[in-house]
Amino acid sequence: MQLKKTLGITILLAIVCIVTALISDSFLSGYNVENLIRRTALFGIISIGVAFVIVTGGIDLSVGSVICLVGCGLPWLLTTHHWPLPLALVAVAGVSAGIGLLHGLIITKLRIQPFIVTLCGLLLYRGIARGFTDDQTVGFGAEFKGLRTLATGQIELPFIHGFALPAPCIFLLTVAVLGAVFLNRTIYGRYLLALGRSEEAARYSGINTGRMTVLAYVISSTLAGFGGVLFVLDVNSAQPVDFGNFYELYAIAAAVLGGCSLRGGEGTITGVIVGSALIQVLRNMITLTTKHHNMEFAIIGAVILVGVIADELMKRYGVRRRAAQALLAETKRT
Amino acid sequence: MEHPLLEAKALVKIFPGVRALKGVSMTLRSGEVLAVIGENGAGKSTLMKILAGVQQPDSGGIFIEGKLARIDSVQHALSQRIALIHQELNLADNLDVAANIFLGREKLRFGLIDKARQRREARPLLAAVGLDVDPAVLVSTLSIGQQQMVEIAKALSVNARVLIMDEPTSSLSSHESENLFKVIRDLRSRGVSIVYISHRLGEVRALADRVTVLRDGANAGELSRDEITHDAMVKLMVGRDLSQFYPHEVHESGAAVLEVEGLRTPAHPAQQLSFSVCAGEIVGVAGLVGAGRTELLTTLFGVTPAIGGSIQIAGRSVTPVSPLQAIAAGLALVPEDRKKQGVVLEMAVRDNLSLASLRRDQRHGMIDRRQAAELSGEMIAALKIKTPDGRQPVQFLSGGNQQKVVLGKWLALRPRVLLLDEPTRGIDIGAKQEIYKLMEELAGKGVAILFVSSEMEEILGMSDRVLVMHEGRITGELVRGELTEESVMHLATGSTLAAA
Repeated sequence: MQLKKTLGITILLAIVCIVTALISDSFLSGYNVENLIRRTALFGIISIGVAFVIVTGGIDLSVGSVICLVGCGLPWLLTTHHWPLPLALVAVAGVSAGIGLLHGLIITKLRIQPFIVTLCGLLLYRGIARGFTDDQTVGFGAEFKGLRTLATGQIELPFIHGFALPAPCIFLLTVAVLGAVFLNRTIYGRYLLALGRSEEAARYSGINTGRMTVLAYVISSTLAGFGGVLFVLDVNSAQPVDFGNFYELYAIAAAVLGGCSLRGGEGTITGVIVGSALIQVLRNMITLTTKHHNMEFAIIGAVILVGVIADELMKRYGVRRRAAQALLAETKRT
Repeated sequence: MEHPLLEAKALVKIFPGVRALKGVSMTLRSGEVLAVIGENGAGKSTLMKILAGVQQPDSGGIFIEGKLARIDSVQHALSQRIALIHQELNLADNLDVAANIFLGREKLRFGLIDKARQRREARPLLAAVGLDVDPAVLVSTLSIGQQQMVEIAKALSVNARVLIMDEPTSSLSSHESENLFKVIRDLRSRGVSIVYISHRLGEVRALADRVTVLRDGANAGELSRDEITHDAMVKLMVGRDLSQFYPHEVHESGAAVLEVEGLRTPAHPAQQLSFSVCAGEIVGVAGLVGAGRTELLTTLFGVTPAIGGSIQIAGRSVTPVSPLQAIAAGLALVPEDRKKQGVVLEMAVRDNLSLASLRRDQRHGMIDRRQAAELSGEMIAALKIKTPDGRQPVQFLSGGNQQKVVLGKWLALRPRVLLLDEPTRGIDIGAKQEIYKLMEELAGKGVAILFVSSEMEEILGMSDRVLVMHEGRITGELVRGELTEESVMHLATGSTLAAA
């Protein structure tokens, strides 16, 4: 079931790529592909984070603002306050994880809906970033070149010319492998999937559902923070007013396109990465092949809607077919 | 010959994984009380929902005065003057009595609700059901019995000629029940036909003109007024003599495994519960809906932690504040709501079976996949779970097989005390008996079993001892020799044995 879903979205990705390549010569240029992969990697990391929350049946709307907070906070600490690099990194990591912990505790202990908690987070963290930066652009200037290669660096591949693998790929790969092992092979991943389907049944089975839910929010905001660091290293500077704006929606959309159900309990890491790639390719296609850049959101919105509807219809058909089969088997026995 | 008022012919209703009705017929004559009885899962509720337009049959037909009628919505049924009173009352308790009676059919004046008129018109209806309350009071301030009367008044407001009542006494006190019977007899004398569904055979004997018995989604038989006896009904319901149906043997019970002293549950904090269950003993918990039976089990299991008292398991004191702690102490709970609390419906049989034992079998946090696969294979074989394979999502299994998955999940952990809440609700007779056999087998191995049931036959048939609860209290304890439907009902409705 999950495998079929991932396969479906991968085929869709391939079709969009082929169509775009046919219309636009520059789509397959080394520079464009590098860029696409880099962006896919960056968005893929934050999407995987959100996917963990979605698997529990929750939602995290604060991702974009956490990216803003971290993306502005890191250069601010380093260049304005001259903090040593390790300390600054520890600080932003701690803040990111702390935000997730706070969300998780409010959601599980006070039983306030994740939508509201993280919506307030969305307003709060960007507001804080705009506050401490005085709404001024912060950046690394000409410094921290070495650090920036984490995001901008390239890994030359043997025998291939005119194309090099963007460094964030390595991070995406690491996060994806760790995430996939965690979700599919550890008891905690199984607990997340179970409680996403039925919190009550999971609790009645002796699972500490509260703690697991908190963990999901910590993973989400920590990866958002990590993404925020990479994003700001990639572009060198951040404007608090719009840095990371709407990124939570890209992340949620990628997770949903990749097979996560907002009802919880469903999702694969591979699917999320493919979903993330699909969104980036769509954005790229719009830029390369049309003059209607302003239509970007409309087109992406329409594609996601169609994808989700198609998925729901397929699922209903599948359930009906299986129910009919089960009935047939029962009738045969009696 | 005159046509009967309402006739159902060969109704079939199929749900995913289960055939709820396999061709059921029913005849209702004008001005009679027809009791429809059957065990849990026999198809009574489904039949009633079809008659009232809540669900549509997959085949078969409904005839009203000999004419084929399509009842495809509740509105349609009401327009045919057929009204259903659900077991769980369907009142908006934030609205007043009159507003509830006319809900969906509000009396309007200039497009606005005419409250004064509604209240005026509600009065005679309330009088007809013997309910002496102001139509302007909120439903939430009424007792369950009074709310039931509001439901009946609501049915009368559409001038119902067929009134279907699904277990109307399951949450009523004996006084309230008596009052209900009076109203039912009164309605009958005024020509209203009543379909009465109940588990309480005593009530049926007292009320019914005729009895239709369902078993496993099919007609098992009919009894006319002078044939209605307890034994005749039971025999039709279970399809054989009771002694053969319940595999119960008297157990050599061992030392007390579960000892509860002065336990106070959050639902009934003023009451203190004390009892014990021995190794190898099966103790039933009887009582009306709302007597606090489920709350007792969820408190023992740490879902709703106790606010006082002590629990000892095999001599060790425990106060579970989460299921996790209860499980560690050797408890297991087969919960009341199988689909919500017992299984994760969309998850595979295999993953459901291993869910509770993952923690024990883990390897540094990683799932021991071989162990999990072995375990689910063993359980599927041992409990005879009918599934194509372990990867089948549980939602596609029948109710009985789903329940076996819940049991299997716990058996993997070898609990000392097994708590079961309505273990056979909504499952077919074959699976039911397998579950009884399993309970017997576990008791034979020394597991202490405490089970809650609303089904009288099950309580009488399976218990070594019965605790009867009423309004949060344990009103009495009956050992096997003292067990009769009357003695249990007596305690369940709040009278003490001394008063009897």
